[in-house]
Amino acid sequence: MAKYYSKLMESVASKEFTISGEIDPPKGSNRKVIEHQTELLKPHCVAANVTDNPLGIVIMNTLAPCVIMQEMGLEAIYQATCRDRNRIALQSDVLGAAALGMKNILALSGDHTVMGDHPQAKPVFDLDSVQLTAAIRGLVNGHDMAGKELDVAPQMHIGVALSPGLEPIEPEIIKFEKKIEAGAEFAQTQCVYDTKVLERILDLTSHLDIPILPGIAPLKSVGMAKFMAKNVPGVTIPDEMLKELVESKDIKETTINITAQLIADIKDLGFPGVHIMPVGMDAEVGEMIKRSGVR
Amino acid sequence: MIIVETKKIEELAESLAGKKKVLIVGCNGCVGIHQQGGERQAEELAELFKLDKVLKNVDTTVTSILRQCDKSIVKDALTDLAAEADAILSMACGAGVQVVAESFDIPALPAHNTSFIGVQERESETFYERCVACGNCILHLTGGICPVTRCPKSHMNGPCGGLYNGKCETDKNRDCAWILIYNRLKALGELDRLKTIMEPKDFSKKTHPRSQEA
Ligand code: SF4
Repeated sequence: MAKYYSKLMESVASKEFTISGEIDPPKGSNRKVIEHQTELLKPHCVAANVTDNPLGIVIMNTLAPCVIMQEMGLEAIYQATCRDRNRIALQSDVLGAAALGMKNILALSGDHTVMGDHPQAKPVFDLDSVQLTAAIRGLVNGHDMAGKELDVAPQMHIGVALSPGLEPIEPEIIKFEKKIEAGAEFAQTQCVYDTKVLERILDLTSHLDIPILPGIAPLKSVGMAKFMAKNVPGVTIPDEMLKELVESKDIKETTINITAQLIADIKDLGFPGVHIMPVGMDAEVGEMIKRSGVR
Repeated sequence: MIIVETKKIEELAESLAGKKKVLIVGCNGCVGIHQQGGERQAEELAELFKLDKVLKNVDTTVTSILRQCDKSIVKDALTDLAAEADAILSMACGAGVQVVAESFDIPALPAHNTSFIGVQERESETFYERCVACGNCILHLTGGICPVTRCPKSHMNGPCGGLYNGKCETDKNRDCAWILIYNRLKALGELDRLKTIMEPKDFSKKTHPRSQEA
């Protein structure tokens, strides 16, 4: 049997329905924010991602929350993007993260600097996500990108992103295949709300041997649903779902129910797990999972 | 084609502060061909000086030379005129300005911001950046479309998740380079090229300043 370093990968391998969560670091140095989210997610998630300055907005870095979470007993999925670090910094960060106990890393390209609150910043993009995946695989195998041997290799599992709703989808699938060839072991997707999109991605990746955890974020309001459908690449919101939100008398209840149904659908379709981005509804994640009946 | 953009008149006034006699030099090389910094534009700039409350007091002489990136041409054409001036305002790209600057003892100042190496499409007036002179051309692998230049992230292995309706995450009006490449390779029957992992670029080839034997 293959050896797993992380609880995340062990859970996936055990065929248990695997639930990962996500922690949003604060704009500031308040570790209580991390501790609070960790306490709320820990009973329900086997591991949780920590984002790396999404949209290029300056917030607390990735590694500090990862360490805090793991001290509290929630396994971290360290997100690394290519936007702010060249290949020297990225490799060095991976080595340091491993020394601090990180067992999972998600290799991403990262949003462009012009999207964030420091648009004047120099975008790095020395590597792309495929190349970063290969670089981390090299480190895990004991050597850096220059081929130099490491004294102790990091023991980590490499995850990648997949955007199931992109059009055209073919180049995304080709890129995904390259990520797997480069050494990816698990995947998490961008937000999906439409079971048709989920069915399509299952079909298009059926030849690939990699666990895919579809990503979901609770739709907290009609406004959020409309915003996501309009602005987030690849996101479509089914009409019935939108109608349910519009007609809701108790929006929080509806949001929990819609999310629970999505989780249940994801399991029924045969995905090995789900990635929940709570977007502030950390306290309700337990209820969403309970109502979904997946456990 | 080197694309330049003329600096604001206030910025020029600031950089020319205290100068009484200014030699404005057009360049008939790259920036001249597309009427960005040639003889006519040099004359037009001198006309603009006359309308400015500060610059109207400056005594201007206008000339234009074959190209400013060639030191012998610069010296032959400008030595006499430069002797009469306190400063030279160069209409060339950043490279031309520097050749002029190192050729004479008086300051040589840029009239333009040098933007990029670009092309002009016939039906439009817009210039588009098409080459960042990375020193390691891969156009044979990408259907003749450069991802290093045309993808703002210089991605080498396909589109990022920010792609939306075929457009780039950084600008709704700009085509995603990787969708252009995908469509082109598909049309050429070369889609298999996309399936090969492209190695990280060798940026040591781009360490500036570069040089090459003539
Ligand atoms: S959308 Fe396309 S062109 Fe824009 S950054 Fe992403 S891959 Fe590059």
